[in-house]
Amino acid sequence: MLSRTADNLYWLARYIERADNSARILDAANRLTAMPVAYAGSSNEWESAVSATGKLAEFRTLYPEANAVTVVDYLGFSKANPSSIRMCLETARSNARAVRSALTAVMWEAINGAWLDLRKFDRGKAFDRAGLDAFLSFVKEAALRLDGSAYRTMLRTDAYWFFKLGVMIERADSTARILDVKYHVLLPENAQVGGSLDYFQWSSILRTVSAVTAYHWVYRESLKPWLVADLLMLNAQMPRSLASCYDSIVETLDLIARAYGRQGPAQRLARSIRTGLANVDITQIFQRGLHESLIDFIDQNGRLGAAVAEQYLS
Amino acid sequence: MTLGDGTVRPGYEILQRWLSETPRDILELRRTEAELLFRRTGITFAVYGAADAEERIIPFDIIPRILTKAEWTTLERGLGQRVRAINAFLADIYGPGEIMKAGVVPQELIYRNPYYRPEMAGMKLPHGIHVMIAGIDIVRVDPNTFYVLEDNVRTPSGVSYMLENREVMMRLFPDLFADSRVAPVENYTDLLLATLKSAAPPVAPSEPTVALLTPGPYNSAYYEHSFLADRLGIELVEGRDLIVRDDFVHMRTTEGLKRVDVLYRRLDDDYLDPLTFRPDSTLGVPGLMDVYRAGNVTLANAVGTGVADDKAVYSYMPEVIRFYLGEDPILHNVPTHRCREPEALAYVLDRLDELVVKEVSGSGGYGMLIGPAADKATRDLFAKKIAANPADFIAQPTLALSTSPTFVDSGIAPRHVDLRPFVLAGADRIRVVPGGLTRVALREGSLVVNSSQGGGTKDTWVLDA
Repeated sequence: MLSRTADNLYWLARYIERADNSARILDAANRLTAMPVAYAGSSNEWESAVSATGKLAEFRTLYPEANAVTVVDYLGFSKANPSSIRMCLETARSNARAVRSALTAVMWEAINGAWLDLRKFDRGKAFDRAGLDAFLSFVKEAALRLDGSAYRTMLRTDAYWFFKLGVMIERADSTARILDVKYHVLLPENAQVGGSLDYFQWSSILRTVSAVTAYHWVYRESLKPWLVADLLMLNAQMPRSLASCYDSIVETLDLIARAYGRQGPAQRLARSIRTGLANVDITQIFQRGLHESLIDFIDQNGRLGAAVAEQYLS
Repeated sequence: MTLGDGTVRPGYEILQRWLSETPRDILELRRTEAELLFRRTGITFAVYGAADAEERIIPFDIIPRILTKAEWTTLERGLGQRVRAINAFLADIYGPGEIMKAGVVPQELIYRNPYYRPEMAGMKLPHGIHVMIAGIDIVRVDPNTFYVLEDNVRTPSGVSYMLENREVMMRLFPDLFADSRVAPVENYTDLLLATLKSAAPPVAPSEPTVALLTPGPYNSAYYEHSFLADRLGIELVEGRDLIVRDDFVHMRTTEGLKRVDVLYRRLDDDYLDPLTFRPDSTLGVPGLMDVYRAGNVTLANAVGTGVADDKAVYSYMPEVIRFYLGEDPILHNVPTHRCREPEALAYVLDRLDELVVKEVSGSGGYGMLIGPAADKATRDLFAKKIAANPADFIAQPTLALSTSPTFVDSGIAPRHVDLRPFVLAGADRIRVVPGGLTRVALREGSLVVNSSQGGGTKDTWVLDA
């Protein structure tokens, strides 16, 4: 297929996944601020939401402070932020429009419909809690619809594989970033590590990725930070985990290589990242530092994105 | 729909019965359904200069326009004749120039024509075909007379509407099709692909690679480009997808470079190759013309075909047909006054209130004066434009265009129509699918059928028996 078509499919998938990720991060911040006032210290949940997207420096040049209004604007609607939900949906839709014939009709309807409905939410004024919930649900449902329609209707050829590659690489990046939020939400000085606030923060991370039930099924324990990290990083049964994303990435890249009759740097790099995740346990990760490990992973994942682009998309 | 004496015109009997039996609210329901179908499939077009409406739907009229087998047979012969003559004409003016030597067409009309491409002079095209795809605009002025209004032999568009209109009609009115014998148009894309492959350069493999070159998603006809690429099963490429290496043109694919043998290009000459034409074009492919000159790629249509559909050259078409084919034209031109000729100029300026004046290089209904509909100030202004550059204008009488029953707000009413059949000229033969795009002027009394100016479309039925 044309490199440009593959590139459009890949980025279309990434942008929709990114919109979903931003919605989940906003949801997490919204939950954190919703806890009883007694727990709330010098709360910086909104700022942590921006940190999780890796854009705090840029945010600070645009807004005087991080609060419900400014952060929802920045991550939800800002035209200055190419990764805001609105810009993601717009970019995804224009990518989709450029490769209409590579998409199935239901995929196009999912993207075009989301893009049309977005206008109902963008009223240029602050949301109340219910309004924000409705908006975030809309974004998550749009992502789910696109994912589901691709899964159900696309032929299993390179077009589908490049789409899936985009989803998985972006999802791995976002899981790592969501987990890293915890690093950015510094506990207030008087709060105890392992105390109620700490507990609440870890559980909100699980909720963000819809994994509370999964956690209890897998570990049958109360919330432990290292087990949350284990679930989201190393547990291959957990569909959003880094390990699971990389199983999928390696498998997908292999399908492409088989169809084209040639392996390349992208396949080798993906396998080495997967091996790295398989050969480490969570204790080692915490010894080294969770934040450092996550930053390292985000960097490697980015290098895989570059290798895929170099090998196939240009 | 009826003849002068009030009887129903042959072919329209079934339609007449259907319209009289179907309650109006059913027609309205079907019209709404048709619009939904078009919107859902995303058949849209962009209007240049309309900022608020990036994507619009062309209004669709659910009442088909009908042609009998006999009418079509004449049209088909006439269309084939015209395209054969146009191809002979192009091969001649870029070759020996016999028609100019014979004094049939004035030399400056060719060499000073904005669409004449000196780069094409002396070039041998594979199979000698310049125009592989033509859209010829036809109007009917009385029961027995069709006129050619305009030849479109650069990058004619509209064929996707012909195909989609038929699909929508078959979904909405299956019974109507069961009762009539409507000739199919669905095989157009098969015929187009066969035509394009037949024109592949001799160096191409026996299964040549064909691609459709589009200016991109912001082009007004982008929907059609992607629709056709899809139906043809070929890649829809933009200039940036193509690269010239070792005298061949290739597309960049996920598996590396892949050679392209035939480019069905929907990009104007000016933008094709920044090294030969407009240097600021980012839509084209640097070096494409070198590959073309080396005979290693076929462009459909060829470069420089615009000379043949120029409105000034149009007026010479009857002579062109006689000159190359030694035949009388089967389809006639609209009587045309060439303002370049002093006598005609005086005539035109004298009768601006009854004539339609067109700029020879204009298209899409822009740059045109409809005398009877314009006020005196507009006419006077136009008169000055004509007098300043008479060679840029031609004038034609306002025609008594035929009408077709159309479902409008006030009910079923006559509206003016034209017809654009699509002619395919391959190395082996000429192919025309029975039908075409019928455009209808939806405003009462209006003669302008262009979609950018309030026109709509209809399905076109050629009855098999």
